[in-house]
Amino acid sequence: MYFCTYVLPEHMMNVGLFIPCYIDQFYPQVAIATLKLLEKVGCTVNYPLQQTCCGQPMANSGYEHLAGGCNDNFVRNFADCDYIVSPSGSCTLHIKHHLHATNETAATAIRSRIYELTEFLTDVVQVKTLEAAFPYRVGLHQSCHGQRGLGLAQMSELMAPPFSKPGQLLGMVDGLELVQLDRRDECCGFGGTFCVTEEAVSAKMGKDRVADHLRHGVHYITGVDVSCLMHMEGILKRANSTVQVRHIAEILTATL
Amino acid sequence: MNQLNLDHAGAAIEFNKNEPRVDWHDETLWFVRTKRDRAAAQVPEWEELREAASQIKNYALSNMHDLLEQFEQNAIKNGITVHWAANADEHNEIVHGIIQKAGANRMVKSKSMLTEECHLNDYLTRHGIEVIDSDLGERIVQLRGEPPSHIVLPAIHLTKAEVGDTFHKHLGTDAGATDPQYLTEAARQHLRDTFLTRKVALTGVNFAIAETGGFVVCTNEGNADMGVHLADVHIAAMGFEKVIPRAEHLGVFLRLLARSATGQPITTFSSHFHRPRPGQEMHIVIVDNGRSRQLGRPDFRNSLKCIRCAACLNTCPVYRRSGGFSYHSAVAGPIGSILAPNLDMKLNADLPFASTLCGSCTNVCPVKIDIHEQLYKWRQVLMQEGYGPGGKTAAMKTMATVLESPRLYRIAGKVGRGVLRFAPVTVENKFNPWYNQREMPEPPAESFRDWYINNKKS
Repeated sequence: MYFCTYVLPEHMMNVGLFIPCYIDQFYPQVAIATLKLLEKVGCTVNYPLQQTCCGQPMANSGYEHLAGGCNDNFVRNFADCDYIVSPSGSCTLHIKHHLHATNETAATAIRSRIYELTEFLTDVVQVKTLEAAFPYRVGLHQSCHGQRGLGLAQMSELMAPPFSKPGQLLGMVDGLELVQLDRRDECCGFGGTFCVTEEAVSAKMGKDRVADHLRHGVHYITGVDVSCLMHMEGILKRANSTVQVRHIAEILTATL
Repeated sequence: MNQLNLDHAGAAIEFNKNEPRVDWHDETLWFVRTKRDRAAAQVPEWEELREAASQIKNYALSNMHDLLEQFEQNAIKNGITVHWAANADEHNEIVHGIIQKAGANRMVKSKSMLTEECHLNDYLTRHGIEVIDSDLGERIVQLRGEPPSHIVLPAIHLTKAEVGDTFHKHLGTDAGATDPQYLTEAARQHLRDTFLTRKVALTGVNFAIAETGGFVVCTNEGNADMGVHLADVHIAAMGFEKVIPRAEHLGVFLRLLARSATGQPITTFSSHFHRPRPGQEMHIVIVDNGRSRQLGRPDFRNSLKCIRCAACLNTCPVYRRSGGFSYHSAVAGPIGSILAPNLDMKLNADLPFASTLCGSCTNVCPVKIDIHEQLYKWRQVLMQEGYGPGGKTAAMKTMATVLESPRLYRIAGKVGRGVLRFAPVTVENKFNPWYNQREMPEPPAESFRDWYINNKKS
């Protein structure tokens, strides 16, 4: 018995869970919440044990040419999955746009089968309700790669109707109050290796983003990318703030 | 410290030493971005206009040779003298030659980023020609001996007080004056005298129309018109990518340009020049300076679609917090970062990395240049060509070796978490740039994989 309503045909069962390297190592609770959430909505989830990374750290640094071994390993792990789902917009976008491998046929299939968690829930599973409760004021950080790259939400640059897949899911959570920010989709400044190579600008961008959330009295900052959240968490902690970060999967599985 | 001598990250550190000033710079430019949003929202067909502009520019890039010849023929028919410059030196020599032929030793110049790119002012000054920039912002930075920090708002890095000090020193205004109207009036009187006494005036070109052989110059101050209408010789300098096929296409670009730039429906002056007035000489200098090389790079050619509106600078969260000088290049910001490596890969290898690849630039661009994707591609080109620091290449090779081996990855992860848990001082120190302004994440005892094997795997 599940406490969600959803549309899930039989053939959608085989979901391969891709947990980005830094979530695996530093934020296992996000991966656990993602796994539980996918199982709650009826997916059979498999976590391939030999997975490592999407290859983005090398590629965004200009060393795509060194990522061949990493890419081949990704393909070996996920070639058999009907769907690949990941709690990261950025890593998902990287696979979708840049995965090439020795087995190019398998890589091409993977590029078309990988989904970020929230878009998988709204578009594929078509979740309509969720029995989750999180009675707090929450600020949603629209991570750029998810928002502008994967189209998880309408970006402020385009003159087009608004929508937000993460916002849609957060709207199903009891008691959650989603706050409006002054700058609804400005980058937090994490940017992969940018966070250390351009430390001054990266930290300033992070401080400014956090300040926007704090001005609006949030209890929690959430988002679809742990990398952005890790960056903002580092800034919040340095300022001894009581505001915490939570990945959206943690909020969508929260109960009273 | 002079930001121009540092790489982007180094200059950004200098810029960020004065945080209130960074906030002011960021908020000023963000205000311009929001004005752009409001102006764009009032045009129901905004996205269709962007697409049309993009397609016209794509057509122009694909037919550059024919369009330029057509433009030249029609311009000559109109009585304009057309010059071709392969590079910045040739451009400067041609302009100098025209001034000399006119028997002048002074020139007034309205806004032209091309002349910044070619360092024309330095060249002419070295050859005994005095140049006065007539755009207010340009004149301010010229008096200060600085380059423009922004392609549309050249003095956006300066406060009213700094402008007041500059004018006090150079134009004799009252010390401590900050009233914009007073200061602008002083500049106006000073420039009026310049306009009346210069025989040669140079302008940029926003759009050159192949069909008519005429060109359009957009300004808000009317300074281009003031200069050329009072001068015996009008020189217009243009990069060859300014050519568009037909006059009717102006309707697309003029609607996009000022809205994208400052949120105005149109620039105050959109001046159309077709032929010299009786007794006047009109010259057009068409400049390549690396553009044909860029046109030959399939991944980067469409950077030449740029109409220099600066929307990508205003929206860029990095530009707003590092300042224009941190790009050490005539064109700053995201568009500059994809143009500059074409001019000099070694000198500008840092610029494509001055971005989080957030993609905002690409989506405000009125001609749909895929700026952030080109930043990514330039990174690949620059590192493969060997312009990366040696230490970075070694680190990346190690990282690649670890991440392609599940076993090494797990060992590295375990060791890394262990170090953070039991000997945090090894990473929580001043040598770790992350730790400078941020705490490290709290490392868990077990990875997700460990948890999965212990709890889920049957």
